[in-house]
Amino acid sequence: MPSLKDLKNRIQSVKNTRKITKAMQMVAAAKLRRAQEAAEQSRPYTERFNAVMAGLAGSVGGSDNAPKLLSGTGSDQTHLLVVMTAERGLCGGFNANISKKAKAKAAELEAAGKTVKILTVGKKGRDAMKRDLGSRFVGHVDLTEVKRVSYPDAQGIAKDILGRFDAGEFDVATIFYAKFVNVVSQTPTAQQIIPFEVPAEAVADVDGSTVYDYEPSEEAVLADLLPRAIATAIFSALLENGASEQGARMSAMDNATRNAGDMIEKLTIQYNRSRQAVITNELIEIISGAEAL
Amino acid sequence: MQFDLVSPERSLASHAATSVSIPGADGDLTVMAGHAPTITTLRPGLLKVEADGKSAEYVVTGGFAEINAEGVTVLAERAVARADMTQEHLDEMYQEAENMYKTAKDNWQNEPGPVDDAAKLLGDMVAMGSEIGLSTKQPSL
Repeated sequence: MPSLKDLKNRIQSVKNTRKITKAMQMVAAAKLRRAQEAAEQSRPYTERFNAVMAGLAGSVGGSDNAPKLLSGTGSDQTHLLVVMTAERGLCGGFNANISKKAKAKAAELEAAGKTVKILTVGKKGRDAMKRDLGSRFVGHVDLTEVKRVSYPDAQGIAKDILGRFDAGEFDVATIFYAKFVNVVSQTPTAQQIIPFEVPAEAVADVDGSTVYDYEPSEEAVLADLLPRAIATAIFSALLENGASEQGARMSAMDNATRNAGDMIEKLTIQYNRSRQAVITNELIEIISGAEAL
Repeated sequence: MQFDLVSPERSLASHAATSVSIPGADGDLTVMAGHAPTITTLRPGLLKVEADGKSAEYVVTGGFAEINAEGVTVLAERAVARADMTQEHLDEMYQEAENMYKTAKDNWQNEPGPVDDAAKLLGDMVAMGSEIGLSTKQPSL
């Protein structure tokens, strides 16, 4: 039976924890709004870009001399898994869900006799992937210093991946990130970026009625745009991830705050009961002492 | 004619325009209402927009422009209003192009294609610098 003083300390410490989780929740809410705004503002670019890519890929993609980034190397032996997670924890299952999805994919590929290589973005994913699949680890992109993800960050990652592709290090690249659905739900998603796949909704929107002139030529435009398309895909994945992280943290911290509240309630009841017991005991002692006289 | 200028991070301009001059990869082109549908890649340069007798200028690098019946959409990886363009910005862009040229030279020793492309980019960067009245280092090609 803990003493009254122990209980009091315990209650105070849970109260302090609750203050912290409450503050973290509010910070996450503010950051979430900003992250969502950033994602919103990048949407026009991504949409237009994908629309043009869909048109181009449709007309050039089928030909024999289509760029490798679009048609692939002709093999799918080596897979690069790009695992994008957060730099910080305390956001519920966010990081774990992404790495779990990536690990499942890695296991599936290896069971099929493929080679797996892993590149991570974000410290949490690196730790998780290194623990189980350390031997497949090929690199890590550090974004610890980055406060707000900007396009050049995505370009840097794309450049790294493209460099490895040009060097023949892998045949297929897939990015793993969490798509933001709403505050309580973020879906871990795998998206193939090399060979580049135009998002299905962009393909569906292709309007065949306008015939474009391409300058310098269709092939040249496509070759110029493909690396940018990959950077754009990575950029929107980073933004989605940013919003998802804050959403996950917000709901995790909301839960924590609520749990702390419940705990305080229980502890307070326990405290009051023990206090009452102590008083009763003292009374019994006094009365029996008086009777004995 | 509708004019849109978007960068990956945000939309910079969206309004009606009478004419738009685009620094295309193969040369400048000016678009007015009724232009043939075209998609062209951009070289680093100045984008000039005329609207209601006023003109606005933007420095753009990387990306493409889509011209169709509704208007012009320019998707630039980097777009800065000319008034906001500083020597630092230019130096940064120049440095990037120069690095690209160097890596191209190292990586493609026997193939002139990518090296020439990078050299052209570097040249375009210098031309753009002099056009907006800022100076760049002379590249050593």
